[in-house]
Amino acid sequence: MAGQRIAWLWVWGLVLLLIVLHQDNFFWHDDTLVLGFLPIGLFYHACISVAAAVTWFLGTKFAWPKYETENSAVDSKKAEDAR
Amino acid sequence: MTQFVIIMIYLGLLLGLGLFASTMFRGTKKDYMQASHSIGPFLLLMSLFGTTMTAFALVGSSGEAFKEGIGVYGMLASSSGIVHSLCFFLIGVKLWSLGRKYGYTTQIQFFRDRLQSDRIGLLLFPILVGLIIPYLLIGVLASGSTIQQMTSGAFPGMFPTDSPATHGGLPPWLGSLIICLVVLIYVFFGGMRGTAWANAFQTIVFMVLGLVTFVVIANKLGSGSAFDKNQDGTTSFEELVAMEETTAKAKLAGGEAALKKAIRDGGEEDFENAEEAIVQAKRLLESTEENARKRWTLISKFDKNQDDKISPDERPGFFENLASATQAAGHDKLTREHISKTKFFTYLLIPLSVGMFPHIFQHWLTAKSADSFKLPVVAHPIFIMIVWVPCVLIGVWATTQLVPPVPPLPSNPNAILPFLVKTQTSDLLAGFLTAGILAAIMSSLDSQFLCMGAMFENDIFTHYMGKDRFSEKQQVWITRGFIVLIVAITYLLSLSHPVSVFTLGVWCFSGFSSLFPLVVAALYWRRLTKTGAIASVIAAAGTWWYHFSASNYATNRGYMIEWALGTETYEFMPVTMIMLVATVVMIVVSLVTEPPEQEVVDRFFSPKT
Repeated sequence: MAGQRIAWLWVWGLVLLLIVLHQDNFFWHDDTLVLGFLPIGLFYHACISVAAAVTWFLGTKFAWPKYETENSAVDSKKAEDAR
Repeated sequence: MTQFVIIMIYLGLLLGLGLFASTMFRGTKKDYMQASHSIGPFLLLMSLFGTTMTAFALVGSSGEAFKEGIGVYGMLASSSGIVHSLCFFLIGVKLWSLGRKYGYTTQIQFFRDRLQSDRIGLLLFPILVGLIIPYLLIGVLASGSTIQQMTSGAFPGMFPTDSPATHGGLPPWLGSLIICLVVLIYVFFGGMRGTAWANAFQTIVFMVLGLVTFVVIANKLGSGSAFDKNQDGTTSFEELVAMEETTAKAKLAGGEAALKKAIRDGGEEDFENAEEAIVQAKRLLESTEENARKRWTLISKFDKNQDDKISPDERPGFFENLASATQAAGHDKLTREHISKTKFFTYLLIPLSVGMFPHIFQHWLTAKSADSFKLPVVAHPIFIMIVWVPCVLIGVWATTQLVPPVPPLPSNPNAILPFLVKTQTSDLLAGFLTAGILAAIMSSLDSQFLCMGAMFENDIFTHYMGKDRFSEKQQVWITRGFIVLIVAITYLLSLSHPVSVFTLGVWCFSGFSSLFPLVVAALYWRRLTKTGAIASVIAAAGTWWYHFSASNYATNRGYMIEWALGTETYEFMPVTMIMLVATVVMIVVSLVTEPPEQEVVDRFFSPKT
């Protein structure tokens, strides 16, 4: 349980880091072309997309919550009454 | 005519797929609206991605890059890669879990049940419908104009127009009607299963065709095109400069003609686009020698004679073409010089709208299991990158002198991609890419039509008429009836030429984003009360309307909240203020009103440990 909480904190820390890194003021005026054809601002944000996929992969691996409803019966009567 | 035939074959295939899906229909309402929770990871990924990527992903991304440069990727794409997956992870799986447990079909059912309030449904319903209608109109209008452009020349006698770009093409009313009918038929018969299958098919189509188009346009516009122009190998550097100058002058003349037309017709958006085209042409004119030198350097690399004549006997490869196309772009398009840093930052809030899209909610409920969400959560940012990076580059290339001056570039940035495809590729590829653009449009339209039908049926009709009065079969037919009605209304609205609807896009997203705090609180905050929720929705709607009217009802496209601090002025997206107000009001009102009943809280939250 404690291990999962630590993993959870790590993953959400990475998400926060991604949001911070997304604001790349350092490449704002830089028109360097990576590999001769990709503007560095675009290349950097393509890397952010890849980093997001890696982060979410870690999230699904280590911080995925347990859901009780895989095949649970619908609590329909109660829900109907409530609605 | 080739494009027309390919479009018709594609639409026929789509109809076939939808009708085939209908053969698996089990006759129940759950099957029609949620495909009996049978959608696995791959189909869920494709249908969620196809639904979130509208026409804007292909056509709008290149158009925005044409105007703003590469910064649009960070503003709209990489931010969505982070935030959309966050919404799937934080909200989607949790709502799926509750939806399975309590049998929800729509968002409003969830909110009514969670907050034990009928009024929250009555309040949310017109807001959600009001926000989604412009979104639907954008798709319908975009499909009509795309078909007209891409079929131009096919029927010159039947559909003549003044503009060479549209002369002889199917008129927008007819193109939109065809698309509405095709989507209606496969949604009507196939329900959610047909929609999910069609979305998966269409997502594959627009991703693959987008990449093929990127390669073809890169090769055509890159240094390859220079070789085509100089096959005799006799062009000198001075002649290259003269060619650049002619191109820039022709673009300037095109922009000025568009400006005159905009002044004559009174279109504010056309006026701004024409002004932008003139600015770009003047920039090209000022840098003809510099541009010619860039091309000369690239072309010379392949000139074995290394003298002052271009005589290429070795064609450049794809990467050389990519390099020459991008290197021809101006500094302002390769950087984010024109984009405010605070605007860029606050744009991160716009993709949160996905958390409150009613049609995405319905797709979430189709998942077979919680694990089905894992693939969409991980792959969504990569898919966005695959579609957006090529489109952004194409938009940037369109600003360069590599694009031939004749025919002139369209003044509307959203027409840039179809124009390049039409003028720079073969008829066959142009036909396929049109199918790709229409695929992107239809893969959003279908889900939106279906969810609107489901909302009218569940949240209004059977909710107030009494669910027990109708059999499952009757409820499916009532939903179908509503879908027909919504398609008809949307189509008729599109005929009134609401051009300004395109500028409403970001306001629709802001509206959905402003409801994001509500859905997060409903799922994760036990203390949320119905009064707090209602107050939050009213505060969000009021603040949204205040800013919307301050933007002169979206006609001021550059409307921002400005905050002066010392000598600096910082720009923020209006959504920042709307979300802030909605969140503060929700928290304060919830805390000062009576807490929800413990029995209700227990149904939605696990016991505290």
